[in-house]
Amino acid sequence: MNFRHAAWGIGLAALIALPFVYRDPYHLHILVLILIWSFAYTAWSIMGRFGLVSLGHGGFMGVGAYVTALLWNHLDVSPWIGIPVSMVAAGILALVVAYPCFRFRITGHYFVLVTLALSGIVLQVITATRDYTGGSLGYTPNRARSGSGLMALQFDDKTTWYLIALAVWVLGLLMWRWVDRSMSRYAMEAISEDEDAAAAAGVNVTAEKLKITLISALMTALAGALYCQYQMFISPDTVSGIAVSLQMVFAAIVGGLYVSLGPTVGAIITILLAEVLRIGFGTKAVGWDNLVYGLLLVIFIIFLPKGILGSVLDRLKTQPKPSGTK
Amino acid sequence: MQGFLDIFDIYLLEAVVNGILLGGVLALLALGLNLIFGVIDVTWICYAELVMIGMYGMYYMVQVFGLPYWVAAPIAIMLVAALGALLHYIVIAPLLTAPPINQLLATGGVLFILQSFATVAFGIDFRNLGIRLPVLAIGDMHFSYSRLLAFIAALLGMLAVYFFMTRTYTGTAIRAISQDRQIMSLMGVDTKRIYLITSALGGALAGLAACLLVLQYDVHPFVGLSFGPITFLICVLGGLGNFVGGFIAAFVFAEIISLGGLFSDLEWGYVLAFAFFIVMMFIRPAGLLARRS
Repeated sequence: MNFRHAAWGIGLAALIALPFVYRDPYHLHILVLILIWSFAYTAWSIMGRFGLVSLGHGGFMGVGAYVTALLWNHLDVSPWIGIPVSMVAAGILALVVAYPCFRFRITGHYFVLVTLALSGIVLQVITATRDYTGGSLGYTPNRARSGSGLMALQFDDKTTWYLIALAVWVLGLLMWRWVDRSMSRYAMEAISEDEDAAAAAGVNVTAEKLKITLISALMTALAGALYCQYQMFISPDTVSGIAVSLQMVFAAIVGGLYVSLGPTVGAIITILLAEVLRIGFGTKAVGWDNLVYGLLLVIFIIFLPKGILGSVLDRLKTQPKPSGTK
Repeated sequence: MQGFLDIFDIYLLEAVVNGILLGGVLALLALGLNLIFGVIDVTWICYAELVMIGMYGMYYMVQVFGLPYWVAAPIAIMLVAALGALLHYIVIAPLLTAPPINQLLATGGVLFILQSFATVAFGIDFRNLGIRLPVLAIGDMHFSYSRLLAFIAALLGMLAVYFFMTRTYTGTAIRAISQDRQIMSLMGVDTKRIYLITSALGGALAGLAACLLVLQYDVHPFVGLSFGPITFLICVLGGLGNFVGGFIAAFVFAEIISLGGLFSDLEWGYVLAFAFFIVMMFIRPAGLLARRS
């Protein structure tokens, strides 16, 4: 396995070195977006891979983004404190909704629809409190006074943002790997097969599910807050609601739910697709990217439910290895 | 003080009646979705988008081709019914044995397709039929005829479905399949055909809802999002596949939205309805009318 570690190390070193040798701001901007969204999709797939399909992650992301921005604008609280607060808020929201869900055995379709209601609530609350949040017109965090960029977590150069996003993305992968190697993974797999059997075998079903949900919600809120700090503009449609939730599900499935880099591949494909269509068609492209997304989603679920990366890796594994090579 | 109370009561009454009128259309939508769920065991996340396509159909037939409303409506209903059958044939049929979550997500993909198809084909402008129905005034209360018409037509539509389900052979077969899907194919019922008919029927109900909603609301590609989620919540609250439960839940939801909107903004009405739904899920997870097993 040393070869694998070396490959990861070299890949990571290349990614860190990238902005110092290649400085095209547009391409760096796309990379930052890909990294932030990859992190969000990874967060979703941490629970999605165990059959806990949530459409409430748009809500967690919205809480992360709006709580951070509102604390900064109205109470002058630095995002360094605001982001943890927003994560705690999203975590509490997740616990309040998820605990009864798991306690009362709300699974499958019903769980999907309860979480759908959750992201609906967050979207409507943001729109309804338009005196504070700007409603559907969107919201902009105040610019920091010059010289206090670090305190306000606002940076003008793309390189800094690229490194922050890269660090967070690596953190997401490490979390994924940690869950993948923990006992929780086996417990969750048993639960997704048969809850009663898992409970009989000594798995604390409610606690295990809550743990995974909490991790996933906290990470999603962090992604929302980072997105807000980077873009300096958020609107209910871009960071919350059902459309964002579906977008997460879609990217994770296209990339591959069951492998750690799957959501990242999903983010690369979806964001590049949107950008290529936008540049190729200009303003006429409105709608085309989603049309292609939707078609791909349907085709993938029917023909490739493991996603692109998952299917490719499966293909590689099942191929008979010629003897002699390692 | 007395005068204040009088005015307050009249607004309250108006909101209650408007809630009932809204409930009729929501009940129609919930019936279509429940039918699909009860018989085929699939949730069409894109159900409201079928309604949106139907509304565009009405808009083009009435505004662009100049057909009268009464001619356009049956065509729109048939169009959406065909779309429903097509959706089943292309997307759902290959996934019938897949895990339920995959079916749900595939229809989520169809939601994207229909929304962006409408964006690409029709643009994102708000459009309406340009038909203004008069307003009915009773005392100090005002009700629009379009809502009244929608309520009555929705009730008639539901009645028609009821008679179809109880009085015809096909309807009986549909009800039988929703009770036991394995045994019915052994009884000589062509399950595939029944599924297709059910999908078309569900589509037809969406088409009828489209004809009624287009009188009250402007059409745009994202109009489905404004009543789609509510429809799912109604179905779940009533118990997925439970027709009577869905009917009652539709009116409960409509009243919450209408009364919540009376005391504050309309969005808070929705927030209240969503919160009510989540709380109800914990109290009665299998729906309002579920018997305790």
